[in-house]
Parts: sequence; structure tokens; C-alpha cells
Amino acid sequence: MSVAQGVNYLNEDKSLKSWLFTLDHKRIGVMYLFGVMTMFLLGGIFAILIRLELLAPGPDLMTADTYNQMFTLHGAIMIFLFIIPAIPAALGNFVLPLMIGAKDVAFPRLNLASWYVYLLGAGFALFSMLAGAADTGWTFYTPYSTTTSTSVISMTMAAFILGFSSIFTGVNFIATIHKLRAPGMTWFKMPLMIWALYATAVIQILATPVLGITLVLLVLEKAFGIGIFDPAMGGDPVLFQHFFWFYSHPAVYIMVLPGMGIISELIATFSKKKIFGYKLIAYSSVAIALISFLVWGHHMFTSGQSELAAMVFSFLTFFVGIPSGVKMFNWLATMYKGRISFEAPMLWALSFMFLFAIGGFTGIMLGAISLDIHFHDTYFVVAHFHYVMMGGTVVAFFGGLHYWWPKIWGRMYNETLAKISVILVFIGFNMTFFTQFILGSQGMPRRYFNYLDQYQPLHAFSSYGSWVLGLGFIIMAFYLIHSLFRGKKAPDNPWGALTLEWQTSSPPSHHNFDEIPDLDHDPYDYDKLMVVDDKLIRKNGQSEKKETTVN
Amino acid sequence: MDPNGTLFFPEQGSTIASEVDLLFHFVLYLSIFFFILVTGGSFYFAWRFRKKGEDQFTPNISHNTSLEIFWTVIPTILVFIIFIWGFKTYLKMNVTPANSMEVNVTAQKWFWTFGYKEGATTTNELVVPVNKSVKLLMSSQDVIHSFFVPAFRVKMDVLPNRYTSLWFEATKTGEFDLFCTEYCGKGHSEMIGKVKVLSDAEFASWLASSSGPSDLPPAEYGKELYKSKACFTCHSIDGTPSVGPTFKGVFGRTEELTDGSSITVDENYIRHSILEPQSQVVKGFQPVMPTYQGVLNSQQIDALIAFLKTVK
Repeated sequence: MSVAQGVNYLNEDKSLKSWLFTLDHKRIGVMYLFGVMTMFLLGGIFAILIRLELLAPGPDLMTADTYNQMFTLHGAIMIFLFIIPAIPAALGNFVLPLMIGAKDVAFPRLNLASWYVYLLGAGFALFSMLAGAADTGWTFYTPYSTTTSTSVISMTMAAFILGFSSIFTGVNFIATIHKLRAPGMTWFKMPLMIWALYATAVIQILATPVLGITLVLLVLEKAFGIGIFDPAMGGDPVLFQHFFWFYSHPAVYIMVLPGMGIISELIATFSKKKIFGYKLIAYSSVAIALISFLVWGHHMFTSGQSELAAMVFSFLTFFVGIPSGVKMFNWLATMYKGRISFEAPMLWALSFMFLFAIGGFTGIMLGAISLDIHFHDTYFVVAHFHYVMMGGTVVAFFGGLHYWWPKIWGRMYNETLAKISVILVFIGFNMTFFTQFILGSQGMPRRYFNYLDQYQPLHAFSSYGSWVLGLGFIIMAFYLIHSLFRGKKAPDNPWGALTLEWQTSSPPSHHNFDEIPDLDHDPYDYDKLMVVDDKLIRKNGQSEKKETTVN
Repeated sequence: MDPNGTLFFPEQGSTIASEVDLLFHFVLYLSIFFFILVTGGSFYFAWRFRKKGEDQFTPNISHNTSLEIFWTVIPTILVFIIFIWGFKTYLKMNVTPANSMEVNVTAQKWFWTFGYKEGATTTNELVVPVNKSVKLLMSSQDVIHSFFVPAFRVKMDVLPNRYTSLWFEATKTGEFDLFCTEYCGKGHSEMIGKVKVLSDAEFASWLASSSGPSDLPPAEYGKELYKSKACFTCHSIDGTPSVGPTFKGVFGRTEELTDGSSITVDENYIRHSILEPQSQVVKGFQPVMPTYQGVLNSQQIDALIAFLKTVK
């Protein structure tokens, strides 16, 4: 065990300075975790206020201008400050080196820099919020965004800066995965979470610069009157949409791929079963990453782009759906003949399968051009992307957070409250957003401050759902914070998982592993190995202490 | 919900609507089948293979190539069918029949103007005959808007720098909701109107009466225009300030302008403010009013002036 018993990355130096200048990927991951959770709270408050306003038609709580700023802030904060960094930068930062048996990421200083860049971006976003928040929607469509008088420039600068934070993380992960895997960990012995983070990092590096350039062009036009997108100055507003979605569609997979990685880990661990079709899952992550670059035009079927372009984009869109579907089947097959237990992380994973399936099927509907014409810019689309982004990514994130929580803090949370929380979130989410599929197909346009009376009952039901959803998260905040101070001490391997992060102490020491871990088994060899009370047991009946599994 | 609609759709008001709904229901039932297969399967396995008693090893099932090929290929074939079907309907939506009646559509913050060849113009109310294909030639005066009639299952963005078009053929008479679906600012959710589908005879008489001069007394006609041309969204007649100055007592009032000069409101100032609204703006208000050049003819402007004289 460690040289000094009980010394870990959290308590070796408790000074503020040691946190602010830390190069430890675990501490940086934890600092990111605080950042993204704060942003989730902020974005969530905006969401609840939006739903409250929509409880009844007509102005109730706020003016149309305030409402427009609220949904812009909700979208921009949730996308740029929460979902994109949540899994890679917060959880990924913590677990990636541990899962591949490394001491740290390849470029620890760059890692810390990315957190400070994130803070700077968050600062710009908050400045925009206080200085007459942007009212453009998170998509910043021109020429509305170049002509409105709200603080669009500071919000686009925020997204621009946050892009660099995302790129830094991506570069770091790619280098780390290539160069720092423990001896013996070949590419196909990596946990699937690592494959997912790798595919994500590729998109982060290739797509994010396009967003950066686009936003710079937007700022140039707005600040200096250089005509690029505004037709009054000889520009083309649809060009902006092409540029924007060239980033923002792959960005959907920056958000959802790491979530799929988490689900692969959770399903295997809580089914105690070898993952089914490891290679197909790994390849499908890479396939999604590549195809995702070629489908941006499906956001623009009604924009006036040519019919030929619409046809090609529709065709390719269906092909990005296939690898996601394949993953679903593989997870299902992994559960077959497993030994399934229902701790909170597994309940999150099962919720994911349910919600992401709905998100995927409605995605197929939206991919068919003639259906998209009717659904485009209605609540149907709002419901679809909440099923994918929240039902998919956010649910996976919370599954991962509950899964790695004992490793991060060395403490357990209250399992009963955790189960209540996931069930409330599941029910509240479906109440809120399934309703919106019907609202949308009935014709209710999105981004409406006011609406016709016929939509009132469904809007009201959706708002009630948001309260159940909110309650689920309030309970979660309570028991997670409680566990930080009073939680039961966590064992090294509470779930009996075989990936490397569970072979070190909870929480890990500064250098993660006291010896370089050697791999004598694959990450999902549940047919040969099991873990009882932190000890690995082999099929032939030998019981070994985990420190001696090295040879 | 609409009494004639289904759970998922409003009533079918156009020739294309039933085709769109049919494809939707095909995908819906296919999705329900696979949804039950996957999530039903996961819940069944979760229960069937739940942990019972002491730990045990699980079988080594690493993969099954033929099974994996099977569940990659079958969905691929199915989505290919959906793609072809979706595209074929889309082509129908995009090929305008040759004998269509044309209506010009102008979108601006935050109302719709419809112009007919015969001279009639309407605001926020598109009047069309039943069972006749109608082509809309659309452009925007400012930002991007989008024209959407749920009952017709048609939608098209309206851009400031080019014409876009769409067509539909209404299959029943009645009134249908019309929405702007591209976010356009403060009044986005107020930018809604109606499509009024009339029988051939009704449409012909409506067109004749709307295109010629009105036979109402000017002040009454002006009052009607004040409502139908959406002046009321920004100008009150009861003295409350809104986006623009109130019309109460406006005629003969002396107003200070943004450039510091002052002016007495007379017939010429009103006419000028309708046609070139940005040039002489009253102090304390934003220059946001769109021009009504081409929207109102001179008889209508006269009527509005007559109406404003009566608002005291």
C-alpha cells in the first residue's frame, strides 16, 4: 500500500494554493466538477423559470425580452459550460489516467490551463448575463444576432474561449491515450470509456476551430461592419448556418459519445459480464465521430438549401444513426446471462437505454426530410434533443458520477436516496419532455414566449414534470453534499469492477498507483475473475490480494 | 387538441398532409416495435438475470459475428426505406404544379403581408381558394422568419436576401393557424396569423371586394385598417405608451424628434411616417417601425389619417 497510510490526493496538502496550482489530473477533474455542477444549477434555474412562464399563455412572470434572454442563457450555459465539459473534462480528467494505468495526463500544465480558460469563458458568459444578456438563442443565427442590441459579443466570445478549453482537453487526451497506457494495455485491452473519450477528443480538435472562426467572423461583422453574413452588407445569412452546424452537429457527439462510454462501463460492471462485441462498440464510436462531420445540413432542411443537398444530408444522417443503434443491441446482449444488480449507477444506465432509445427513434423521424419539414423548429425538435442530450448525456453523466463518486471522494452516498433521486428524475423527465413531442407535432413552435390556448394543457403538464425533475435533483444535491462530510468510508472497489481505477485506493494517492499496474486480464473478464471485499478471486478458486495480482 | 386531429397531428388540411402522416405512422410503429425490443429486452434481462444469492462467474460470451451483422444490416435496410420515402414526399412538396395561383408573402418584425396580383393586400391573414394549388413567393424585410401552417404540414424559411417559395393545395374550407417558426425577437410569438380557405365563389367575391376601393366611410375604414394592418401592436389608442407613440390625440400634437427639432403632427407627417418611418422618429422611441410602402395604397393612407383625426 502507500508509503504513508491514508495519504491521498485530497488530503496531502489542503492549502488553497495547492489546489489553484495543482497539476494533478484528479484535482483538476474535481475543480472542473465544481465548475460544471455550478453551471448545471444555473442553467437548471433558467429552465425551471422558463417552464413556469409557460404554465399559462400570456405574460406571467417576465417580459418577452427577458424570456428570450432566459432561453438563450439556458441553452448557451447548458451546452458550452455544462454538457460539453461535463464528461470529458470533469469525469474524464479524473478517470482517464487511472483507467489506463498512468500517473497523469501527458500535458499536466496544459490541463490546468484548460481549466483557467474555462473559468475565463465562464466569466465572459456571466458578464454577458449581467450586461443585458444575449437574446439570440444559443445558435446566434444571423442577421438577428448582428442586429440585436443585446450583449451578443460577450456571449460569442465566451463560446469562442470555451472552445479552446475543449481543444486543450482533446489534445491532452489523445496524447495521453497514445503514449501513457500501462505496459500490456494494447488498444483492444482499453476500457470502452477510453475509446469513447478518444473519439470525442478527435471531434473536439477537428470541429471546435470551425466554431471559433465562425464566431470571430460574427464578432467582426457586428463590431466593425464587415459584411459576411448580413445581406444588407452583401453577406449571406445561410452561410452562418452552414458554418455553425459544421461545428455544432459534431458537437452533439462530443456530448453524447463519452456518455456512451460510461454506459458501456456501467452495463458491464453491474451485469458482471464480459462486454458483448467489444470491437464493434469501439469501432462504432470511431464511425460516429467520422460520419458526424458530414450531416450538418439536416439542421437546415427548411433554410432554402438545394433539394440535392437536402437529399445527401438526409441520406448520411441515417448512417450516423446505425452505429448508435448497434451499441444499444450490444449493451442489451451484454446483460444476457449476466448477474445483474441494481445499485444507483445501474438504474441510471437503464434509464439511459430507455430515454436514449426514444431520442434515437425520434432522430430517425427527423432525418426523413418530409417529416422534418413539419417538425423543424417546433417542440418536437426540442423534445428530441432533450431526450438525446439530457436523457442521454446528462443521465449518463450522473450515472458516471455515482459510479466513480466513491473513487473520487473515498466516501459512499446514501443508496436509498440515490434510488429515489434517479426514479424521480426519470419520471419528471418523461413528463416534461414526452409531452413536448405531442406539442410539437401538433404545431407548437419553439422559442415562443406566448402561445395559443389550444396548447395550454400540454404546456401545463410539461411544467409540472419540470418540478418532479427539479425535486429529483434537489434530493441528489442533498445526499451528495451530505456524503462529502458524513458519508461512509468507501472500499477500494465497491462495485467489484475489473478496470484499473478500482485497483488503487479510494481516493487514490497523488501518483495514482504505487507501482506501475501490470495487466494480466482484460477489463471485462468477468468469466474468469470476480472481486470480493476488494480482493480478486480467480476461477480456479485461488484468492489473491490485489497487490499481488501483478505477477 | 384539435377535434379533427389525432394524438400526434392537427387535422389534415392539404393534399400533402396525409402522405406526411402516413410516413410518420410507419416510422412510429417501427420505432415502437424496436423500442419494445430493446427496452423491454433490457428490463426482461434485468429481471431474468438479476443477482441471486452468492457471487458466481458469468459465461464468456465475447461476441457473435453473424448476430452483430444481422442487427447492423436490418436497421440499415429499414432506414434506407425511410430515407427514400421521406425524400419522395419531399420532392412532391418541392415541385410546384404549373397552374398554381401566386401570392407574394412579405415577412417582417412581426407580421405577415400577403399581396395578390389583383391588388388586394392582407396582413396576417392569407385568404386562398379550396382545391387549388397556391404558390407563395416569400421574402423578408429584416431577419430570417419561417412560414409554417401545421394543418398543411408545410414550412419554409423566409430570407432577407432571396426569394424562397412553397406551395400547398388546401383540401377543406375553414381557418388554419399560421406561425412564424424562425426565432425573430421580441414579437416572435405574436407573429401568428390565419390561413382562411374559402370556396371558389367566396374567394372570387372576396378578391374582387378587397382589390377595389373600399366603400366604407374613410374614418371607419381607417379604424378597420388600424386593426387589420396590425398598427395596434405598437400604437395604442388609449394613451398608454407602447413600442411607438400612442395615437390618442396624436393629430395636431407637437412632438419632439430624436434630432432635437419639433414638429406638429399633420397629414403630411403621418403620411411620411407611414412610408418612411425611420426618418423622423419621436424622441424616446426606437426607429423600429417597418415601412408600409407598397403595403398600403393612397386610399388606405387617407383612411388612416381620417381615423387618426377622430382618436381623441
